[in-house]
Amino acid sequence: MEHIRTPKVENVRLVDRLASKKAALGTLYLTATHVIFVENVPDTRKETWILHSQISTIEKQATAATGCPLLIRCKNFQLLQLIIPQERDCHDVYISLIRLAKPVKYEELYCFSFNPQLDKEEREQGWMLVNLSEEFERMGIPNNYWQLSDVNRDYRVCDSYPTELYVPKSATAHIIVGSSKFRSRRRFPVLSYYYKDNHASICRSSQPLSGFSARCLEDEQMLQAIRKANPGSDFIYVVDTRPKLNAMANRAAGKGYENEDNYSNIKFQFIGIENIHVMRNSLQKMLEVCELKSPTMSDFLWGLENSGWLKHIKAIMDAGIFIAKAVSEEGASVLVHCSDGWDRTAQVCSVASLLLEPHYRTLKGFMVLIEKDWISFGHKFNHRYGNLDGDPKEISPVIDQFIECVWQLMEQFPCAFEFNERFLIHIQHHIYSCQFGNFLCNSQKERRELKIQERTYSLWAHLWNNRADYMNPLFRADHSQSQGTLHLPTTPCNFMYKFWSGMYNRFEKGLQPRQSVTDYLMAVKEETQQLEEELEGLEERLEKFQKVQLNCTKVKSKQSEPSKHSGFSTSDNSTANTPQDYSGNMKSFPSRSPSQGDEDSALILTQDNLKSSDPDLSANSDQESGVEDLSCRSPSGGECAPSEDSGKDRDSDEAVFLTA
Amino acid sequence: MEFAELIKTPRVDNVVLHRPFYPAVEGTLCLTGHHLILSSRQDNTEELWLLHSNIDAIDKRFVGPLGTIIIKCKDFRIIQLDIPGMEECLNIASSIEALSTLDSITLMYPFFYRPMFEVIEDGWHSFLPEQEFELYSSATNEWRLSYVNKDFAVCSSYPPIVIVPKSIDDEALRKVATFRHGGRFPVLSYYHKKNGMVIMRSGQPLTGTNGRRCKEDEKLINATLRAGKRGYIIDTRSLNVAQQARAKGGGFEQEAHYPQWRRIHKSIERYHILQESLIKLVEACNDQSHNMDRWLSKLEASNWLTHVKEILTTACLAAQCVDREGASILIHGTEGTDSTLQVTSLAQIILEPRSRTIRGFEALIEREWLQAGHPFQQRCALSAYCNSKQKWESPVFLLFLDCVWQILRQFPCSFEFNENFLIMLFEHAYASQFGTFLGNNESERCKLKLQQKTMSLWSWVNRPSELSQFTNPLFEANNLVIWPSVAPQSLQLWEGIFLRWNRSSKYLDEAYEEMVHIIEYNKELQAKVNILRRQLAELETEGGTQESP
Repeated sequence: MEHIRTPKVENVRLVDRLASKKAALGTLYLTATHVIFVENVPDTRKETWILHSQISTIEKQATAATGCPLLIRCKNFQLLQLIIPQERDCHDVYISLIRLAKPVKYEELYCFSFNPQLDKEEREQGWMLVNLSEEFERMGIPNNYWQLSDVNRDYRVCDSYPTELYVPKSATAHIIVGSSKFRSRRRFPVLSYYYKDNHASICRSSQPLSGFSARCLEDEQMLQAIRKANPGSDFIYVVDTRPKLNAMANRAAGKGYENEDNYSNIKFQFIGIENIHVMRNSLQKMLEVCELKSPTMSDFLWGLENSGWLKHIKAIMDAGIFIAKAVSEEGASVLVHCSDGWDRTAQVCSVASLLLEPHYRTLKGFMVLIEKDWISFGHKFNHRYGNLDGDPKEISPVIDQFIECVWQLMEQFPCAFEFNERFLIHIQHHIYSCQFGNFLCNSQKERRELKIQERTYSLWAHLWNNRADYMNPLFRADHSQSQGTLHLPTTPCNFMYKFWSGMYNRFEKGLQPRQSVTDYLMAVKEETQQLEEELEGLEERLEKFQKVQLNCTKVKSKQSEPSKHSGFSTSDNSTANTPQDYSGNMKSFPSRSPSQGDEDSALILTQDNLKSSDPDLSANSDQESGVEDLSCRSPSGGECAPSEDSGKDRDSDEAVFLTA
Repeated sequence: MEFAELIKTPRVDNVVLHRPFYPAVEGTLCLTGHHLILSSRQDNTEELWLLHSNIDAIDKRFVGPLGTIIIKCKDFRIIQLDIPGMEECLNIASSIEALSTLDSITLMYPFFYRPMFEVIEDGWHSFLPEQEFELYSSATNEWRLSYVNKDFAVCSSYPPIVIVPKSIDDEALRKVATFRHGGRFPVLSYYHKKNGMVIMRSGQPLTGTNGRRCKEDEKLINATLRAGKRGYIIDTRSLNVAQQARAKGGGFEQEAHYPQWRRIHKSIERYHILQESLIKLVEACNDQSHNMDRWLSKLEASNWLTHVKEILTTACLAAQCVDREGASILIHGTEGTDSTLQVTSLAQIILEPRSRTIRGFEALIEREWLQAGHPFQQRCALSAYCNSKQKWESPVFLLFLDCVWQILRQFPCSFEFNENFLIMLFEHAYASQFGTFLGNNESERCKLKLQQKTMSLWSWVNRPSELSQFTNPLFEANNLVIWPSVAPQSLQLWEGIFLRWNRSSKYLDEAYEEMVHIIEYNKELQAKVNILRRQLAELETEGGTQESP
């Protein structure tokens, strides 16, 4: 491929970020789609694969005696530090990656070459797994109040909306078109979620073009129609998810927000969520904290606070909670908008729907929710997640924040979700990976033009086929927690929102809990299922046996005792770990102790180091590192971490490539 | 002394009790010598049964004739009682104040408590030093039991029986005791069977400014080293603090006199610094403001998690020396009764699978905290709401439990006990009907005749009916050393303790129940399948024997 200046560099070192003295020697390969690092260790040849589309930034650092360091930051929060012996090679790799990480045409993206060996029919079925008209049907739409409108056929009214839109029955085409002209990018109010129990609904739109005094009769009628579609309430809420100041500033540009005097029976409400630029900077600051080499507790907490990230998460949750309460408790419909109605509006509508609707808390339902509120309503995936080279100011972790909100809810309601944390992490990964076509482009229109469904595969089918990996063992459809609306505490508690290390430090396995309760319980449940089957078999055989015993028929018994807990490998695997460098910044650790001249003791330690990092030891005889799946990474300098073993990480998911 | 003198008003009607997450309850308030009881009128059930010794502080407020008492407990709970009548309210308040701050230990509830359960095993005899030593003596003959302290004459805070190197006689121990703070000569804390390395603990050496030395002390700790091997001394104080201690007669081991030992200084905070940290943390947790930034900065400012990280890191380092470096270690700070014990006991949790079982953990607390002379009476006299400036209170034990919880969170399948077990220990250390945590050391406990006059906590805990609530359903014996992560990202606020009264745990409790259900159902099926298998096998062999002749 023309952009690859050098396809292979040897003697590259992959630095363990947390223990800088520890590095794996290997060969670096550049392919059309991946950066691949293969370690030289003959037995394992551990491989680290990074998709070009995951690369966020590449940084060439000052050349040192050992070589030329290259720092690669990924959008899935992986961080790779390579040391390339020759400056020239390093430059070539750098220049190649700069280009490869920023494709200019959709056709360059991985999904157009990714081939999971499925035939055409399987591919088509995959795309049919999530069906939005079915979803609206499930909600009870169309009905007496809501209907499918064909006003946006061929994207004639709004090119960032889907063709199939649901609007109040009383909203005529005239009203819709009129309203659309009074809304930013013609994103007029449409139905997002309908709450069957009391007819209240969540609708979404962009901001009105009200300026300081403009009004639009059709737009007013449109809101009127939304109110009438809910006979149980005599008003609707209009929620503007921007900070009031931002909304007011928009008025000067001829945009703005609804004037309560002009619209009959609306209650207008600001819920301040910051814009994409603030969010981008906030994430950046938080990631800097995650990258700190050996932070103190204060460094970490202070940095976390300073990033404002959790404050923003809380703001989104607060908006979602407000809307869910308005719908379920007050029985009032809500119209949500921000500026264009495709970022904050998507976040807030989907959080509210998730709180209200148990279906969205299932595996399938969650896919539907993302398909509906994000993909179909024109969330600009391409711009926000930088799939193609574009304006860096358009990039912002909008859906990442939504995914985190879901995780925060899962922490509060451990039995309410059918899926587990891994499901969220893998969705986040694939939003950036461009391995599947679902999240390509900025709108349905663009995707149809590109014929995504004919040329790429659907992530939803992939996740569904591997659903066993994504199940929450604590979920039971008949559990009280999985029914109805999720009720968050009435007194808002700040401590409810926690740092998600499983996401932002997910490649630092040493920082994660070493044993997974989820995996353990999944293994137990799997064994339970086998036991149930065996029990049934045994009962049958016993019955038969008793019947035929008179005839002295000999039935051969099954000899094999099932090995107890054979499936619970998680806990065994996970116990394997090695000590971190607990000695801090080496002021005090034995071999670097400031105390005077004990060179021989340092020598002894070095020998010990050699001994315990011997692969034989770490593989077998050494108990703590006897199991290979987890390696603990030292958070600090590690100059003399006496016995860190290079662990071997293998993630079963082919898409998530780990580095040790 | 009669409690009646202290109880000015034994009973008030129409008192309203307010607690978080419960509706207000109206009932009758009764004061007894040791309890504050509120029973609602409807069905005469007790809504509240609070030990006076659990009360940390009280506030009074008056609005007209209605008085309000806000009771702040040592377990961080805050409850509010609305009492009609100013006089009643004042009487109740002053009675509570007097009853919750009794001077004499022998007036405490454990001396009056009559258990309603049958004692299956007397906890006072559950963990005898001789039995504990047997666990080691099977593996090594380099150590012996010494009775040199049998009348507490050598070291007032040591138990009568300690484990010391076999080659050191009692006479030498007496000499060493004069060279160590509080007479706390180095004793065995833990023997690592895997490689024969040990953890010892002691008080600081009394080197003073003129660099005093003690040959017997050097001989004692050198006796634990293998030929040609080096050991590590972990001083839980920073070098600076340790140097300053010399001015007061304390100090640290000089390289010149201990050439086979490498000294490592860590800095674990003590006393009022920890106490202030706890006060700030609990204050932050009780702050109901809606501001995320404020919460994080208050959490940070409390420094609680910094202390957790420091203690855990030191314990990991100690464990690493023993297991990975193959070296013996001696741990001490100043007295050797606080940070030293945090480190020795946490190192054992990391190294020794037995200490992660219920019995093993109880034995650990008995050995490394109670016998080792952690002054529970002083440290746990007051908790997070106290505003006294006494310097003896300090949440040393709570920090230890927090560190254990952090490891438990990282290795949820490796502990036989669950979070509730740790919470229960915290509660009983601060206020209890049992005598276990009374007194500051074995000597005081002997004088108080706790074994004869009070019930041991272990007598109650180790009953099967109680154990079930403390057992971790996920437990699978794990014989490995477990190395926790001490990175800030891996450490969390212990919500089960600090947010316990500020958030509803309904959904988390449900999740726990579901987990128990999943595992019990699995076991049930396993049992059924085994029975059927056996039946089938029997039928088949019967069939076989009938056939074969």
